Amino acid sequence: MISADTQGLRLATRYAVLVLIALIFVFPLVFMVMSSLKPDQQLLQDSGSLRAFLPVGDISLDNYAAAFQRAPVWTFVFNSVLITGVTVVLSLVVCSAAGFAFVFVRWKGRETLLAILLATLILPFETIAIPLLLMAANLPWLGLDGISWGWMNSYRIQIVPFIADGLTVFLFVQYFKDLPGELIEAARVEGASWAQIYRKVVMPLSGPILATAAILKFLVMYNQYLWPLMVTQEEGYRPVMVGLQYFFQLNVAWGEVMAYLSLITVPVLAFYLYLQKSFIASIASTGVKG
Amino acid sequence: MARIQLKDLRKSYGNAHVIKGVDIDIEDGEFCVFVGPSGCGKSTLLRMIAGLEDITSGSLTIAERRVNDLPPAQRGVAMVFQSYAIFPHMTVRENVAFGLTIAGASKAEKAAKVAEAARILQMEHLLDRRPSQLSGGQRQRVAIGRAIVRQPKVFLFDEPLSNLDAALRMDMRMEIGKLHKALGATMIYVTHDQVEAMTLADKIVVLKDGQVMQIGTPMELYQNPANLFVAGFLGAPSMNFLKVTVQAVNGNTALVSNAALDPVEVSTRSASFKAGDAAILGLRPQYLSIAEAPGRLQGTVALTERLGAETMVEVKLKDDSSLIAALPQDVVFPVGAQVAFDFAADKAHLFAAP
Repeated sequence: MISADTQGLRLATRYAVLVLIALIFVFPLVFMVMSSLKPDQQLLQDSGSLRAFLPVGDISLDNYAAAFQRAPVWTFVFNSVLITGVTVVLSLVVCSAAGFAFVFVRWKGRETLLAILLATLILPFETIAIPLLLMAANLPWLGLDGISWGWMNSYRIQIVPFIADGLTVFLFVQYFKDLPGELIEAARVEGASWAQIYRKVVMPLSGPILATAAILKFLVMYNQYLWPLMVTQEEGYRPVMVGLQYFFQLNVAWGEVMAYLSLITVPVLAFYLYLQKSFIASIASTGVKG
Repeated sequence: MARIQLKDLRKSYGNAHVIKGVDIDIEDGEFCVFVGPSGCGKSTLLRMIAGLEDITSGSLTIAERRVNDLPPAQRGVAMVFQSYAIFPHMTVRENVAFGLTIAGASKAEKAAKVAEAARILQMEHLLDRRPSQLSGGQRQRVAIGRAIVRQPKVFLFDEPLSNLDAALRMDMRMEIGKLHKALGATMIYVTHDQVEAMTLADKIVVLKDGQVMQIGTPMELYQNPANLFVAGFLGAPSMNFLKVTVQAVNGNTALVSNAALDPVEVSTRSASFKAGDAAILGLRPQYLSIAEAPGRLQGTVALTERLGAETMVEVKLKDDSSLIAALPQDVVFPVGAQVAFDFAADKAHLFAAP
């Protein structure tokens, strides 16, 4: 027989451990936000003590004002949100359709192609960056002013190469395999085309995996650094991570760096919180099945 | 007119032959039941008719049209699945109307047909619910509703009642029977439950290992099983099989006996025997009656099961084989008691020994 007291103690211990773990994850964020409010000298002094995590001393929003002066912050944020948003949406459409074709439609070479696709998961992006750059420099584009050559300095070169990727297709393939096959067969017997089955049956049942794929894709895209650095020379097309460079040129101002980082973290947190519920549901469900 | 003809239908996965040349003729409006043990290929055969499995060879015609290579939607069939397969993200109304929505039916037409289906299946009050709020029986109704709104020529049922509990299964069985009479459509029904087969079917197809064992009306199959498999598969409890020796043959009858059985003359039907052959004598438990001594079969009681209206008696015969008798009254036999049974010779079946 366990007394109520012992049970309460156990619960308290469990929460204490959870709070501690949560704090470990939250501290860097708190440090970032607090530091963004302090002048450089105080920031460096505080960083050796717990004061680094507290809004004490000379607190102001000066760093933010300075950050906006040093770099076109809104341009970078706008670019990142645009590139990330468009890529995430297109990626969900293309990769889910690919997953659908791999799982539900019977066609020759299906398994071989899926194996090749999955093999691309082990290739780091850095290995294909240079060949991709050479291709991008020579691709034709049909714009309003006729055919032009080269995709450098544009949004599209930051979007198109990342729409389809093995990992996202793989996520959809795994999820679709767990959907009851009889639902698809029932829809086929009822006369639905593959497109209708995709749109009316499979997609409405794919909420959790869409959220998961969206979050993973969002993080990858929002954190892009190497590729945009290679393909954009014009400030107008650069995303937030490339923008970080502006704060390390000439004299490094840590307060401004922290202010800039705080600003660009906001969209990520907002997006994550928005999809959090589905994301956890999806991870939990795959855990049960796996 | 939706007559369905299967001619030498075959299905193989590589070297594994699942359906090995099946010929079945199903008349328009007929209720045909495919029955057999698990793995006999009955569901595969149904899925081939639905268009969900490719046909390796042979021909399949529905309403005088060869449909081998047509997609499911163009075959004019509706299917009810064992797992119901109703769409969890749609209401009952949307589920039932799904086929009509796909076909681009007008709102008024959809509303009218859904209302009609709901009336037939008595589920008007469920139309705005989600599948997760329904019981198993209600889900099955929705699945049937989805099948009937399109007014297909052919209905395919794949073990539709096997996920329901016993009481509900009987209700739904009767409803499906009524539905068949009301709609007059051709129906093919797959089951491993012989009671469903016997009660629903106009025609039963018994399958084993991808081959047809026998086709006929329930009573034909019950009274004249073509082989040991059919004889043992239909009827509960199963038919008793006694190993006997043929003593003499006289035209269409043969005199058989064994250590526990006094010589009896039984019909050979179409099979041919000669004196000295080993054979199997099939006796349905229901056709055995307690004999005024001495009786044709003697043995000792091993087990009695009293079911109220009838009694099952397991008897150990003199040659150590055992036999079950279903007696249509409540009787009590102590274990070890001596009993003797009689049977009408024209109810016995003689099969060649395997």
